Amino acid sequence: MEKSPDPAPPLLEVRGISKSFGAVRALQEVDFTLRAGEIHALLGENGAGKSTLIKAITGVFPRDAGVIRISGEEVAPRSAKAALQAGIATVYQEVNLLPNLSVAQNLFLDRQPMRFGIVREGEMRRRAKMLLGGFGLDIDVSAPLGSYSVAVQHVTAIARAVDLSARVLILDEPTASLDRHEVEILFDIMRQLAGRGIGIVFVSHFLDQVYEISDRITVLRNGRLVGERETASLPRLELIRMMLGRELAETTSARAATAEHQAREVCASFEGYGKAGYVAPFNLELRHGEVVGLAGLLGSGRTETARLVFGAERADRGQAKVEGDPIRLLSPRDGVRHGFGYCPEERKTDGIVAELTVRENIVLALQAKRGLHRPLSRREQDEIAGRYVKMLDIRPPDPERPVGLLSGGNQQKVLLARWLATSPRLLVLDEPTRGIDVGAHAEIIRLIRELCDDGLALLVISSELDEIVTYSDRVVVLRDRAHVDELTGEAIDISNILAAIAADSAVVAHEGRA
Amino acid sequence: MKGLPPVVITAIVLVLGFALCAMQFPNIASTRVVGNLLTDNAFLGIVATGMTFVIISGGIDLSVGSVIGFTTVFVALAIERWGVPPLVAFVAILVLSAGFGAAMGAVIHVFDLPPFIVTLAGMFLARGASFLLSTESVPISAPIYSTVSDFALRLPGGGRLTAIAIIMLAIVIGGALLLTFTRFGANVYALGGNRVAANLMGVAVGRMTVRIYMLSSLLAGIAGIVFSFYTSAGYSLSAVGVELDTIAAVVIGGTLLTGGQGSVIGTFLGVLIQGLIQTYINFDGTLSSWWTKIATGVLLFAFIALQQALVALARRPVAKSAGAAS
Repeated sequence: MEKSPDPAPPLLEVRGISKSFGAVRALQEVDFTLRAGEIHALLGENGAGKSTLIKAITGVFPRDAGVIRISGEEVAPRSAKAALQAGIATVYQEVNLLPNLSVAQNLFLDRQPMRFGIVREGEMRRRAKMLLGGFGLDIDVSAPLGSYSVAVQHVTAIARAVDLSARVLILDEPTASLDRHEVEILFDIMRQLAGRGIGIVFVSHFLDQVYEISDRITVLRNGRLVGERETASLPRLELIRMMLGRELAETTSARAATAEHQAREVCASFEGYGKAGYVAPFNLELRHGEVVGLAGLLGSGRTETARLVFGAERADRGQAKVEGDPIRLLSPRDGVRHGFGYCPEERKTDGIVAELTVRENIVLALQAKRGLHRPLSRREQDEIAGRYVKMLDIRPPDPERPVGLLSGGNQQKVLLARWLATSPRLLVLDEPTRGIDVGAHAEIIRLIRELCDDGLALLVISSELDEIVTYSDRVVVLRDRAHVDELTGEAIDISNILAAIAADSAVVAHEGRA
Repeated sequence: MKGLPPVVITAIVLVLGFALCAMQFPNIASTRVVGNLLTDNAFLGIVATGMTFVIISGGIDLSVGSVIGFTTVFVALAIERWGVPPLVAFVAILVLSAGFGAAMGAVIHVFDLPPFIVTLAGMFLARGASFLLSTESVPISAPIYSTVSDFALRLPGGGRLTAIAIIMLAIVIGGALLLTFTRFGANVYALGGNRVAANLMGVAVGRMTVRIYMLSSLLAGIAGIVFSFYTSAGYSLSAVGVELDTIAAVVIGGTLLTGGQGSVIGTFLGVLIQGLIQTYINFDGTLSSWWTKIATGVLLFAFIALQQALVALARRPVAKSAGAAS
């Protein structure tokens, strides 16, 4: 797409937008500029503020400060509907249309052609057919939308938005559930719309796609603007550095030198393990006394790998083994039975039970493992809780305090204690240091290494590369839902991990989703 | 669309059932019996039409039985004790019941409460209020009641299409048109499909919720008036449990209990199926009338199982394409 220095005001101009949720500053003084006819990628890791920015622009959240201008005119939408009237339309990953209505009804809901209070069904179908025809889609518009593929649903959503005279189209992860061919169709449509002068904001985790389709890239990190670049002149490695915020500090693995992992016994192994549409088949060996780090961008398949390993998600291919014996992992119960533990990323929703006390939270998994007919006596509970409160230094050291009142770091320790109480052989930690203050951070890392020295096998996911480098004996690198590299010993350093993430191998990327 | 839509299955069940009954009792296949069937189930057909809108929109209205009960008592007292002209009494109760439904809809929307709880409260409220008015059965002897009861269209074969059956048929047809051919109808389906998405697409969700429950209560009010014509009395214990018969008719008619799919015609067929079972039991003479409930229960169960199977079937191609995508 050709670009000329534009004397006219940009299509969408966002200046100095800030938004706080309580004490958390989700967006700080963010600027964003979208020109007419361009495809502009908005990138950032989890918590970078992408979705907050989108929601601030589309009026879903009120903003604390900042202005939004469309073609130079200030707008202040207060709802998604108002944003639409101002010409800003959003198509979310989970298509926000109605699967039970016909395609035509979806396109014209609440604005159907009417005569004498009656919807003109034939006229509506004719118009729907014409509208979709413009997008190269020739389908039966009277069939329910839900009977079509996600790609068709996306195109329908886009067609509706464009027909509502949207000039700014925000596509939030539109390709996440599409196959390669469907992505091509979508990209064609995006280029065609851009050619008509519509500005498109493209949010995606798939860097290959970003490079394929976008003209410019804006990167956010921790609620701040990192930079805006021309896609063509931004090397991939540089982009990932912008997203992860790493200066190439050459930290090498502190453990690498002492690691003699080859000699260690294998605790659990996974061969050709995977699930279609979830994670490509991978081989993974976890050994006693060893920390394996999972590195990769958000959406690269880290959490998905962890869930497969624990049994929270059912693999459809491959073989899992524990201490050499094949096992079946069909549910988290199986995982627990084989001595696996899993501390999920979303502590608040998937992990702790905020209303219960520290003691009750700690004994939860152990009690579940023992079964209901063998209750832990109160004395045993007190003993276990007391032991872990002391061992992990949970503060305040009061086992009877509701967990919800503890700080993030201490909640994380309670979660750890819950699984340690079941004396696991393998512990999976998903972002164990997210949302924890710096002091507690170091403590969690120290704990990880101590546990490992006690012979536990650990699989740790983290976005903090220096952290992964510090405690891992091996690092598995993921990209686009596939394991793409494994680093051991001396090879573990940030620049190698970044290089593996950035490696431009479209083939692997597409296999990742194939 | 694949396979048979649920409403066609309901129609087949009705036709088969009718044929079986007629084989055993040839007299069932007469306009006389069919006319009576429509008359006996007129109030059910009316209230079930309203319930269809509520259930398609993803809600439920448990208050309709109580609203019918309240209406009969109110109408009887207004005409017989308070000396109100019948037509004025009718208008008053319709305004009252519509307001009642609108209030429930508003509470559901504004406080974001489950319709089940709100209309359950409405059910107790309306039933309690009818007991406050009167605990005994109040006969109605106003001339309009005998006029309406006597009015009937003669059908070939000696059958009679009574006034209340005509009212019911008119409401069923009107309801079907409203649901199928208007923006209001499309929005009802939209609400049942996905409230959040409907809102994002510009449907005024709050206003729609209020109107849908208003419609249901209004039709329950009309059903109450029709019921008072049918029994020529007002009684606070009338139509107890009718909300459940109504829901059964709607579900047997192929409307998805989780919302988003269904039709008024299907509901009408569901009402007829329940009426047919009742008629069969009357003809047999040896069976307890409670067999109606048992047969309804079995049918209900069969239809819910059928719907689950259809829903699973409808989801399969989506899963398949996701599989291809992966």
